[in-house]
Amino acid sequence: MGTGIVSRGVFLTGDVDIGITGYFHFEVGGQTLWITTTHVSLLIVVIALTVFALIANRAIKRANPESVPGPFLNVIELLVEAVDNLTKSNMGKRGCRFSNYIGTLFIVVIVCNISGLFGLRPPTADYGVTLPLALITFVMIHYNGFKYEKAGHVTKLFKPVLLTPINIIGEVATPLSMSLRLFGNILSGTVMMGLLYGLLPKLLQAFIWPVFGVLHVYFDVFSGAIQAYVFCMLTMVFIAQNFPEDEVQG
Amino acid sequence: MMSQITNEGLILACSAIGAGIAMIAGVGPGIGQGIAAGHGAAAVGRNPGARGNIMSTMLLGQAVAETTGLYGFAVAIILLFANPLLGKL
Repeated sequence: MGTGIVSRGVFLTGDVDIGITGYFHFEVGGQTLWITTTHVSLLIVVIALTVFALIANRAIKRANPESVPGPFLNVIELLVEAVDNLTKSNMGKRGCRFSNYIGTLFIVVIVCNISGLFGLRPPTADYGVTLPLALITFVMIHYNGFKYEKAGHVTKLFKPVLLTPINIIGEVATPLSMSLRLFGNILSGTVMMGLLYGLLPKLLQAFIWPVFGVLHVYFDVFSGAIQAYVFCMLTMVFIAQNFPEDEVQG
Repeated sequence: MMSQITNEGLILACSAIGAGIAMIAGVGPGIGQGIAAGHGAAAVGRNPGARGNIMSTMLLGQAVAETTGLYGFAVAIILLFANPLLGKL
């Protein structure tokens, strides 16, 4: 048995590859750190998104306001407008400030989720990626809670005194359930595809490729898009909970 | 015959059974998501204009309902791939 993240699985041998593989390791202050598939795929995703951002930035800077925008610029405008409308409809007029973060989060999570299509192991199928994302949300929830409700943010935990433990557990469970939801959904897709690829002989795989195509569309694209949407949606809903009553519509 | 079973073998076999039992947790979210989808379809039938809103509310509710099933899945995955019980030997 390897230790922790680099154990390759107890039962599955041979071709089934669904675990996180460590490439090489180094020591920092007595701790052994591994560079794994997650780091590599996350790096590829980040590079791809950076290139996309640079190209989009160039296109926006060069845009001529008097002429009709080209197809690429149109798509970018559509994306930005969709994110703006989503935050505005979910968080009221205070939500505009959050559309930057929500848009970034959505793009990163969705590209991570569908990176299984390109032969990478989805970075979001590693709990070490989804937990920090959920912790950022957790910090944002409570930062805004203290900002808008001041001390009331703490005292509302004790509102019905008998329910205090349940309220506290509920607050702590928020990032846990958010991260586990994203992680579990993407990992279940990865496991299913890995099992299927590992169990069937290569020749048969080539023969029934449409089945794999359909399953990839379901597990990677459909499930990944829904989970990215849900993660952003929950982030927005939880942050907007703390806003003053009259400011939030719908 | 029992003496041929090693301690590790016993733990691995029981972990496999436990992982299978843990996945029974998938029953609940399945029923819940089905109920949510059914009510969503009924709502769209009653008010086709609000299709977008109903869809997003339904998906959000289904994703939240799925959490309990994913806890079961996490337990199964831990039992299969990062078995903590083997370290106890």
